[in-house]
Amino acid sequence: MTFDKYLVLGGVTVFAASGDSMLSHGMQETGGISLRHLTLVIAALLNPWVAIGILLLLGFFATYMIALSWADLTYVMPATSMGYVLLALIARFVLHEHVSALRWLGIALITGGVGFVAGGPELTTHRAAPIKSEQPPSGSDSQEAPGAANATPRGVKP
Amino acid sequence: MRTLYTWGAILAIVLASVVGDILLSRAMKEVGDVGKLWKRSGLIPVVKSTLGNPNFLLGLIATAMAFFSMLFGLSWGDVSLVAPAAASLTFIGNAVAARIFLHEKVDQRRWIAVSLVAVGVALLAG
Repeated sequence: MTFDKYLVLGGVTVFAASGDSMLSHGMQETGGISLRHLTLVIAALLNPWVAIGILLLLGFFATYMIALSWADLTYVMPATSMGYVLLALIARFVLHEHVSALRWLGIALITGGVGFVAGGPELTTHRAAPIKSEQPPSGSDSQEAPGAANATPRGVKP
Repeated sequence: MRTLYTWGAILAIVLASVVGDILLSRAMKEVGDVGKLWKRSGLIPVVKSTLGNPNFLLGLIATAMAFFSMLFGLSWGDVSLVAPAAASLTFIGNAVAARIFLHEKVDQRRWIAVSLVAVGVALLAG
């Protein structure tokens, strides 16, 4: 696991938690929607909280897909659940809400579960060959993404 | 009757989520390590090969179905039951399905982790 990969998993957690909370905040403002009142769906989409929530959830989906491209589903899944922990911690320390003992137990269990997975390998299957896009590495350096300079090869950390 | 509807919706959410997650995971394994591909050939080919992957599109449809089942479930049942029950059962379902369909080695370590997280999520949202 490189630093970049931890960053992607962190993105999965943060995007999921922030997107969900923005969306639920916005939906509480607009009220319930039903199939009989589809115009209310459009009203809901125009709510800024809902719109930001959807953007954040798109960010979640993108980071989730990136993580699934190099890690097992059973490895990435617990990372998404850390979002619930993040929400509970925000509720307690930022919003100063009461967090019950049962919820603290839930936080402990999820954190423990994530620790268990994180201690193991991220990929246990044989990787399928990438689809035909094998290109010679020569001359492709100039096309590197801006963040690529940070990526140190495994085991060559300073 | 309402309880039956609620649990029916929960079952639908769990089934659609598990099918979606398995298909999306398979699709991304077929695409290959996105970070490496991005560095080698740029962002656009990566997006193209992802969007052109049939498993990805099917997985997206299944995930959308899970989302709409969730909306229906929430209109029939209590949030504090539907959301944690669906999330918890999806964790367990995904672990079983990943072992069968993705051939992931879900060893003791991961079983313990999945169980802890499933119980934890149920407690947190409850």
